Amino acid sequence: MTENVSNKGENEVPKSDTPAEDTDSILKDKPADTTSKKVPAPPPKRKVDRRSFFSWMGLAWFSFTAATLGMAAAIGRFFFPNVLFEPPLTFKAGYPEDYIIGAVDERFKESFGVWLVRNSEGIFALSTVCTHLGCTPNWLGAEAKFKCPCHGSGFYKTGINFEGPAPRPLERFMISYAEDGQILVDKNRKFQYEKGQWKDPDSFLKV
Amino acid sequence: MKEIINVISNPPILFTLLVVILFLSFRYPEVFWSGKAMIIVGVSSVLFFILSLFDENFLLIVTKADNVPIVGLIFLILFFTWLAMWQAVKNDKRIAAGKPVAEAEIEPKRVIVWPDLVYIELIALTLCLVLLIGWSVLLEAPLEQPANPANSPNPSKAPWYFLGLQELLVYFDPWIAGVLLPGICVVGLMAIPYIDKNPKGNGYYSFAERKMAISIFIFGWLLVWILLIVIGTFLRGPNWNFFGPYEYWDIHKLEPLVNINLSEIIYIKWFGVGLPKNWFFREIFGIGTLLAYFMITPLILTKKVFSSLYVKLGIGRYSIFIALLLLLVSVPIKMYLRWLFNLKYIVAIPEFFFNI
Repeated sequence: MTENVSNKGENEVPKSDTPAEDTDSILKDKPADTTSKKVPAPPPKRKVDRRSFFSWMGLAWFSFTAATLGMAAAIGRFFFPNVLFEPPLTFKAGYPEDYIIGAVDERFKESFGVWLVRNSEGIFALSTVCTHLGCTPNWLGAEAKFKCPCHGSGFYKTGINFEGPAPRPLERFMISYAEDGQILVDKNRKFQYEKGQWKDPDSFLKV
Repeated sequence: MKEIINVISNPPILFTLLVVILFLSFRYPEVFWSGKAMIIVGVSSVLFFILSLFDENFLLIVTKADNVPIVGLIFLILFFTWLAMWQAVKNDKRIAAGKPVAEAEIEPKRVIVWPDLVYIELIALTLCLVLLIGWSVLLEAPLEQPANPANSPNPSKAPWYFLGLQELLVYFDPWIAGVLLPGICVVGLMAIPYIDKNPKGNGYYSFAERKMAISIFIFGWLLVWILLIVIGTFLRGPNWNFFGPYEYWDIHKLEPLVNINLSEIIYIKWFGVGLPKNWFFREIFGIGTLLAYFMITPLILTKKVFSSLYVKLGIGRYSIFIALLLLLVSVPIKMYLRWLFNLKYIVAIPEFFFNI
């Protein structure tokens, strides 16, 4: 490198009538000139032969493919949530004596997504998923209704929809006695009022 | 005073009031879109806003980090709508006097780009950046507790740009409010250049030359879109009930909203008989109403109102136009029916998940 620079300096001296043009011409043309005349051939390192070109290209493509695959894997991982809210579908809900007539039991709302309602005849299990777009309604005891905070759907204590945009009543789950006499709620089977399934004896626990 | 504003902000009254104001502004554009009117409205609305900040309920809603942009949105949209209409009205006067429009006088057929536009863009960009940085430093992100599927916040609100849709969901079935109406809205907006081949108003502001187009657009844009966002942001409280801007958000506010379908009104209230078992006979009045709205109204409109437009556009363009117009108007009609009569669905066939 230092050699080349000094050569350029020497060449510059005789032609220095118009300096600006000259430096330009040096930058562009002179290195080619010097190789042909004064200086021996440039170091062979600079020349990239075909074999090393392909091996570098191969490495580049390999790392590019690896990076792409790695990113695809990371994106794929993203589709599987870190936490899944999947409580067991069947659970025991204590004894019928625990339930007060006319009350809505909210103990299992958070853990299983179920309200247990006791009326004078028995107990039924209501789903806590609003039939409009799936928000979780709140039980308003003073107004004796379930009210959804998302679009204002309202349901009676029985689960029948009466206000707001919900198109159908809340769903009920299968309810029965376990062997030990406790209440057993099974969310695998659901009963929809509009299909006439609430008449099914499994949807209702006589007490 | 606060009581009066609370009552006025009740949607049926608010909507009617705004429709009347909008209609008057299109009837007397020189008065409503003048510089003086803007100063009066601007100053009084800013004063109203500042005075209202002393009310704790108003302060709470308006300064909620989620809602701050909507406050800005109201003022910005009012200002820019006025700006466009103001220039349009000025041009109308020039056209009426036989002069060329203001845009033609700057430099006909040319746009000033360098350095004018580029400098303006640079300044706007810098200011916008400053605003965003200031905003993000001053207002805390409205973060909440970790998500819990069993606990929906009360009220649960969508991001502000979806609040118009969330409001529609109250009145329409999910597939209409969430899929059909927004879809038609987007496709309809895309179709405008193909339906509207009137070259007037291209490259310059004018109201008198495009009265119908501008009126319909401003009605749809301001009242059926922006107003719904504003209602959803400021006037919807716990349990998705309506609350006036100065009203305390009482979770136990009781609003009798027992909705009934058209079939129930007709068969049970009027005829005093039970609902027929067969869904077709049950819903026949609703289906008839809808058919009448979408088939007979266009015939009447074409004869009485749009006869010249029909000739101008041709049958294809005209029928698309009238269908889009009827759909646009049907949205507030359904909302009024709900507000005034608690009417849930005109046609309700839950057997097929088909409710209108």
